[in-house]
Amino acid sequence: MRNGAQAVEEAIRKANERGEAALIPFIEGADPSLEVTAELLWALEEAGADVIELGFPFSDPLADGPTIQEAAQRALKNRPTLSDFLAMVENLRRKGFKTPIVIMGYLNPFYRFGLENFAKQAQKAGLNGAIIPDLPLEEAKPWLKIAHRYQLAAVMLAAPTTPPERLARIAQNSSGFLYYVSVTGITGARNKLPEDLALKLDLARELSPVPVGVGFGISRPEQVAHLANFADAIVVGSAIVKIIAAHLKKPASLVKAVRDFVVELKAATKR
Amino acid sequence: MALPDKRGHFGPFGGRYVPETLMPALFELEEAYRRFKRDRTFKKELDFYLKTYVGRPTPLYPARKLAATLGGHLKIYLKREDLTHTGAHKINNTLGQVLLAQKMGKKRIIAETGAGQHGVATATAAALVGLECVVYMGAKDTVRQEMNVFRMELLGAKVVPVYSGTQTLKDAINEAIRDWVTNVETTHYVIGSVVGPHPYPMMVRDFQSVIGRETRRQILKSEGRLPDILIACVGGGSNAMGFFFPFVNDQSVQMIGVEAAGAGLDTDKHSATLTVGEPGVLHGMLTYLLQDQVGQIKGAHSVAPGLDYPGVGPEHAFFKETGRATYVAVDDQEALAAFRLLSETEGIIPALESAHAVAYLVKIAPKLPPNTIVVVNLSGRGDKDVAAVREYLKGKGDA
Repeated sequence: MRNGAQAVEEAIRKANERGEAALIPFIEGADPSLEVTAELLWALEEAGADVIELGFPFSDPLADGPTIQEAAQRALKNRPTLSDFLAMVENLRRKGFKTPIVIMGYLNPFYRFGLENFAKQAQKAGLNGAIIPDLPLEEAKPWLKIAHRYQLAAVMLAAPTTPPERLARIAQNSSGFLYYVSVTGITGARNKLPEDLALKLDLARELSPVPVGVGFGISRPEQVAHLANFADAIVVGSAIVKIIAAHLKKPASLVKAVRDFVVELKAATKR
Repeated sequence: MALPDKRGHFGPFGGRYVPETLMPALFELEEAYRRFKRDRTFKKELDFYLKTYVGRPTPLYPARKLAATLGGHLKIYLKREDLTHTGAHKINNTLGQVLLAQKMGKKRIIAETGAGQHGVATATAAALVGLECVVYMGAKDTVRQEMNVFRMELLGAKVVPVYSGTQTLKDAINEAIRDWVTNVETTHYVIGSVVGPHPYPMMVRDFQSVIGRETRRQILKSEGRLPDILIACVGGGSNAMGFFFPFVNDQSVQMIGVEAAGAGLDTDKHSATLTVGEPGVLHGMLTYLLQDQVGQIKGAHSVAPGLDYPGVGPEHAFFKETGRATYVAVDDQEALAAFRLLSETEGIIPALESAHAVAYLVKIAPKLPPNTIVVVNLSGRGDKDVAAVREYLKGKGDA
């Protein structure tokens, strides 16, 4: 069976070898519907995404800004389940979908599903791993063990408030990549990123045995172009979700609008 | 063994399930709390304000008329938290936390509030200590509790309505956490109950334990022995935990937490988290939650706005698992009947939250043996509820 965590790391390394930062676009699953999510995933793959972050909506997304909160509210109207998400991924894989997919979601739905049960089914479906923002290192042990057993990427997060010694420990426990949160704050587009971000990313890359992806607040190709020199991978979320929100009344052009934007972002990852 | 353990667990419950950004702040808070807890000057200062400002100790009142009404065979006492400054137990915690924040050099206080009681208590403490204060409140609650919004503003706080999610308490907590994630270096988040990530459940319990410590001393003085039964209402559970905790090793003392059954446990409109909820993770803790099959959090309901929360303190979850305390639920009707009963028999208008505890006593009184000593924690006064109760009774054609 293929190793989900390794596939994520390799996809990022390969992009780096091509002289690019890897691009990791985020979409909220089931926003506006799971059918559209499947179409969007194909569009992201075509547009050159190296890894995809697929959000599983939660009623109380406390690390998210308004854009993703609203996406979660829209998605929840479809009463999504993890089983539906896994079935969709399995179906995509059967049709030859290649890009690694990591699910991003708050702990409770996974906890309710059973972490072991989830990991087992994720591996079977061809999902590559998970990012759980409310599961810090101190509470993550059971999950890290399970993820390791099922060869899933357990992507851990580090933040600007994380001291270096702690960052090193987090990175050692992270698989697939280390998610470096660019700002002290919640998700959402920002005009300015912190001035010392490049320095902090340098340090994170030095301390981390796995590639370092940077996310939160990155919304424009110029920002991607700048950060491509300092990060192994770049996550763009709210800016894509905003495009989806803006096209809810014109679904015919939704997928194309997202694809075009991601093509532009991907072009900006060249170093 | 003293709980929580070093990482904030009460058995399987509790913990620190928060974004990484907050972890260093939780370590800092825990370290500061443990240091100041032992600091004599800090304790003296807190005690000074509890005595001269809050009005402690609060009386332990023998409710003889209520006892007579319930058959005359019981010794019933009311712990009068309703007589504190701002009218509820909330101030015990906010004063402690705001003083701690000041010692930690934080310039800004944030809080969540449901009905507004904790918001008012936080704004009060912030005004006293002289710190900037921002209170997050569900947009629906700002309309329902307009007077409390004004009260907080009078005290110099800024009230921010929260429009996300269900626009009630749980969403106000989400928004307060988002603010804290963003301003963590300058800001202290005053959580209003024994909920949230470690060290909050422990710290809030400790600040509220003044209720139980006083009760213990007072009952020993008036009865010469420990009570048989303690009854308190449970939303997040801070008044109950503060009341129970000093009796935790007294195995003869039975502890009963009363949740809100709202419109009924078989409906979707209740807040009986421990009675019918399931374990899960919300707001930084592993505890019992009201949630659906796939782990989305459900809305809570009660006629008592302070009980309206889909989670509960992790130490209560632990007490439920170990059997140290028993958790039951009474519905809106029973609570309203008790609200009237206590007003009529004792001349005390209880908060609707506290009325749930009284209601459960009314329910079990006939089954209790003679001379049973029961202490009910009267966590707050009912002035805030009279308008709502009037509307409710009008609707029933009964006013």
